[in-house]
Amino acid sequence: MNFQSKTKADFKVVGTRVPRPDGVDKVTGRALYGADFSVPGMQVGLILRSPHAHAIINSIDASDALALPGVKAVVTSSDLGVPEDEGLRDVQDNCLARGKVLYDGHAVAAVAAKDMATAKAALKLIKVDYTPLPHVTDVDAAMKPDAPVVQEARADESVPEGSGPNVTHYCEFGHGDLEAGFARADKIIERSFKTAATHQGYIEPHACLASYGTDGKADLWCCTQGQFMVRDLCAGIMGMEGSQLRVTASEIGGGFGGKTTVFIEPVALALSRKSGRPVKIVMSRVDVFRATGPTVSSSMDVRIGMTRDGRITAGEAKLRYQGGAFPCGTVDMGAQAAFAAYDMEAVRTQGWNTLTNRPKEAAYRAPGAPMAIYAVESVVDELCQQLDLDPLDVRLKNAADAGTKSSYGPTFDQIGLMATLEAAKAHDHYHAPLGENQGRGLSCGFWFNFGGNTSVSMIINSDGTVGVTEGNPDIGGSRASISMMAAEELGIPYDKVRTVITDTNSIGHNDVTDGSRVTFAVGLATIKAARDAIRVMCGRVAKIWGIDPDAVIWEDGAAKPSGPNAGNFEPMTLAEIAAISSETGGPIAGHHEVNAEGAGVSFGVHLADVEVDPETGATQVLRYTVFQDAGKAVHPDYVEGQMQGGAAQGIGWALNEEYIYGEDGLLQNAGFLDYRIPVASDLPNIDTVILEIPNPGHPYGVRGVGETPIVPPLAALSNAVSRAIGVRLHELPMSPPKILKAITAKG
Amino acid sequence: MHYMKPQTAAEVSDILARSEGAARILSGGTDLLVQLRSGIIEPEMIIDIKHLSGIADISPEEGGLRIGAAVPGQQLGEHEGARALWPGVVEACELIGSTQVQGRCSMAGNLCNGSPAADSVPAMIAAGAIARIEGPDGPRDCPVEDIPVSPGKTSLGKGEFVSSIFLPARPKGAADAYLRFIPRTEMDIAVASAAVNIELADDGTVKSARIALGAVGPKVVLVPDAADAITGSKLEDPVIAALVRACEAACNPIDDKRGTAEFRTTVAGVLAKRAARIAMSRAQERAGERT
Amino acid sequence: MKNIHVSTTINGDDAEFVCAPEETLLDALRNRLGLSGAKEGCGTGDCGACTIEMDGRLVCSCLVLGAEAQGAQIKTVEGMAIGEALHPLQQAFIDHAALQCGICTPGILVAAKNLLERNPDPTDTEVRYWLAGNLCRCTGYDKIIKAVQIAAADMRGA
Repeated sequence: MNFQSKTKADFKVVGTRVPRPDGVDKVTGRALYGADFSVPGMQVGLILRSPHAHAIINSIDASDALALPGVKAVVTSSDLGVPEDEGLRDVQDNCLARGKVLYDGHAVAAVAAKDMATAKAALKLIKVDYTPLPHVTDVDAAMKPDAPVVQEARADESVPEGSGPNVTHYCEFGHGDLEAGFARADKIIERSFKTAATHQGYIEPHACLASYGTDGKADLWCCTQGQFMVRDLCAGIMGMEGSQLRVTASEIGGGFGGKTTVFIEPVALALSRKSGRPVKIVMSRVDVFRATGPTVSSSMDVRIGMTRDGRITAGEAKLRYQGGAFPCGTVDMGAQAAFAAYDMEAVRTQGWNTLTNRPKEAAYRAPGAPMAIYAVESVVDELCQQLDLDPLDVRLKNAADAGTKSSYGPTFDQIGLMATLEAAKAHDHYHAPLGENQGRGLSCGFWFNFGGNTSVSMIINSDGTVGVTEGNPDIGGSRASISMMAAEELGIPYDKVRTVITDTNSIGHNDVTDGSRVTFAVGLATIKAARDAIRVMCGRVAKIWGIDPDAVIWEDGAAKPSGPNAGNFEPMTLAEIAAISSETGGPIAGHHEVNAEGAGVSFGVHLADVEVDPETGATQVLRYTVFQDAGKAVHPDYVEGQMQGGAAQGIGWALNEEYIYGEDGLLQNAGFLDYRIPVASDLPNIDTVILEIPNPGHPYGVRGVGETPIVPPLAALSNAVSRAIGVRLHELPMSPPKILKAITAKG
Repeated sequence: MHYMKPQTAAEVSDILARSEGAARILSGGTDLLVQLRSGIIEPEMIIDIKHLSGIADISPEEGGLRIGAAVPGQQLGEHEGARALWPGVVEACELIGSTQVQGRCSMAGNLCNGSPAADSVPAMIAAGAIARIEGPDGPRDCPVEDIPVSPGKTSLGKGEFVSSIFLPARPKGAADAYLRFIPRTEMDIAVASAAVNIELADDGTVKSARIALGAVGPKVVLVPDAADAITGSKLEDPVIAALVRACEAACNPIDDKRGTAEFRTTVAGVLAKRAARIAMSRAQERAGERT
Repeated sequence: MKNIHVSTTINGDDAEFVCAPEETLLDALRNRLGLSGAKEGCGTGDCGACTIEMDGRLVCSCLVLGAEAQGAQIKTVEGMAIGEALHPLQQAFIDHAALQCGICTPGILVAAKNLLERNPDPTDTEVRYWLAGNLCRCTGYDKIIKAVQIAAADMRGA
């Protein structure tokens, strides 16, 4: 689908800053999130978790727990089948361990009881006999041939012979003659990097309420980024037919990728089935950290060659990611994204995934990309320093543009990297003076953006208002942008449209809210659904006017004759057509179902100024500016919000956030006290500059904007800190002890 | 579990003594409820002391101030007299937790929680604060530095609890300051901290000083060598260097998730240096007020 | 274990509930009184999503026992709007996109209201430090700080 020829440019609603439809609910406490649902007879579900990093489960004895008054059911993996599909089996085994516990916090058993106190008491009465096994949590240690084996024989066909027993996946991307490229370089820098695992840190812990009837039908309410994904996974695990499990997504208190799988939902369903009662499970914050998906941690080598005048001649990256105790393919995205910002003659990236005794990795905003691009952008910055080149000029000189063969294969269509770089160069931030102990860093960022399966239906009410029904949980204000695009296309005011997100039995399939896909794909389907409704309305009007439907056009919210030859009729507005719909053929609706393609990649550039306290290693972010191509910013406030929020998360990743495991393989900082996400006083204002280079794949030119902004902060901060202290850092987070050590070592 | 709210100190002490360690005192609850929630403690009884007479009052006494054990940090911060007299103690107390925690947390609770990283404790110790302890034999007074023993442990005996903290009177040419290091700007536990309390002689030199360091050992440590290093000086550079050396020498920290031993030691010295300079300038200002 | 009867005042109305001795005020508000505006993000006072006002001071209701509410004056997000009129902070948060997922919003609104009652004209830095106990993972705080300042200006002008 290519809309380029008629990408819309004159907007009435799109591009304005209207109030979001869920605003009042969310500022008054009325909005209902995962933990806010309740039904009569509801039991409390609680999960017993592994105290070991790695152990064999010899036996589980729940008889004492079951004997406790008020306990309704106990479930373990033996209450579930063993799915044939490997991916589904991994999801299930992560929800309830089968045979072995694979990480500290791995779920082992669950109880349903009349109240929290009883449930807690019951958990203590479940006796699990473990045989601890050797464990490994570090990515490099896990890749060694003699490392403790997390799971036997999980390597896929991509893994070369002779790789360590925990390596599950290998990938390779690139083109050109690498050695010839390096031979042309005046300067080659090769560095090794490490990044810690981070957590999405959504403020709302996972929560769900399952009600499984004796007739085999079930309802599930939960906070998720995708009710259809929950339905499919849970139905698969429970051995149910999809239609018998209705999943309704609550309001979601943040996800950032972390709610794109299930952790507690199948457990609640199993408890409900066994106890015959509704069961609610709300995770504690400690359990969220121990047992839901953090990111991968990484160990990387990057080598880049550059000419004296700043032309990159070759680049190579070796990425080693660990994604916890189950296989994952995140390294593919890192290996594809690493050099995406550059027009390269010779580039090669290789990626390895390894198992460790850590929780199963889950997506986090541009999964796999931030760390890879951090490594590349750090080396580019060091080359600029050593060759005494302006880092923005070097990016401009090498930037990918329309027609560039990307480092991961495809040739880019219209992209906004050049425009973002030029905007950064023109901005006063880039030229502002810096003081003592201060440094400025910049980095490019990239994300692919997804499209995917999407269904939207639209009803034209007889009073002239419009209802849009879609199936993607709204994390950052998407109901506003969907309503805006519906209003734009129909030519009616924004406040005449209400968009709701419905359950799995009320609309066609929708892929998860991920990949920055919603404003693009649901927006596209909404526009097409509106065109479908317009087609119906024009048909009705044609009938009334007694002319050919092709002779009726839709303009400014009304049907009009297409020209003088079509006849002389007064335009009929949407409201007028809707009011008499029962006399012209019945209710009017539109719908559209699509596997959307053409998402259009997204680039951003971040500028960061920092000051480092040379005596303590503390970093203060003084100024921060985000430049990003949004294609078309449907609701600029929420586009800016994505840019600011992503930047804040990336700043946290760069400076203080990390999963800390002890020698015992246990997570040491499972809480917001020691897993340090940025607080309000840690950050400056985050300025934003939106560029609009239309995406040819969307009728309004929209590109996803949600993920790209978490990518550049890692290198922007590292480059800023490295320049401020006069010594290069190669490890994240750049916590104060590491910075102080680097300063001290420099002397 | 039982929740009790006795009206007199004698009742509290009686319940404590009879409970054989199964009772916990609740004042602001900002540590207690976290421990309850995590299952670290499972007391049979919670004794809410907020209903004792005077427990939430700040009262002038012999030129100093008596701070009740249920005075929240925010209330102490609002007290102009306390800010003027012991600015370092007040700023330390105000660093405990968030605004929300400030609405509840108390210095006495901060002390009795027994953490070497407690923000208000180094400042109280540097200030020479005295805890009023109620017990089976009636009240007794005890220097704050004698109360913490090791992480989570205090020297309080059976049936004893802290009912107030006394901040003594002081001359005008005296002031204190507290600094801590945390990786963020708020919402963290001190990785290292330093409190400096100094009194100036008429010639502007340090007449006496007390310096305490937090989070660099199993309990907050008073560093007499550091105080000696600056006594008689105007904090000239070599004196500051000696102060830093004395502080570093007094550190015996651990490596943990919050910081390395090396980092804690270095930063404790840096903080002591900076706090000493702040205390000095405050003391000079207060001395100037005399004329 | 003996349940405790508690009489208190919530958003100006008399309220009574029965709770277990170890039950937090947050759980009592949410599960006994149906006031689910305060959220549990951590249960340890580190996120501020459960922020309420108790006798004029901000507290994390997860760090208060239900039993301690006896005789107290409690204010929650549910009491901020008066009839159909949103509080200026609520209106500013909607108008200036100061929320994305909205889970932290009730706690931030209650905390910001308490700040502006104490200090009608705070600096950005004062707002940032006052709200440091209210974690927001979506917005990067920028629009929150701006919305608080816009509401503050509005309230000063009113």
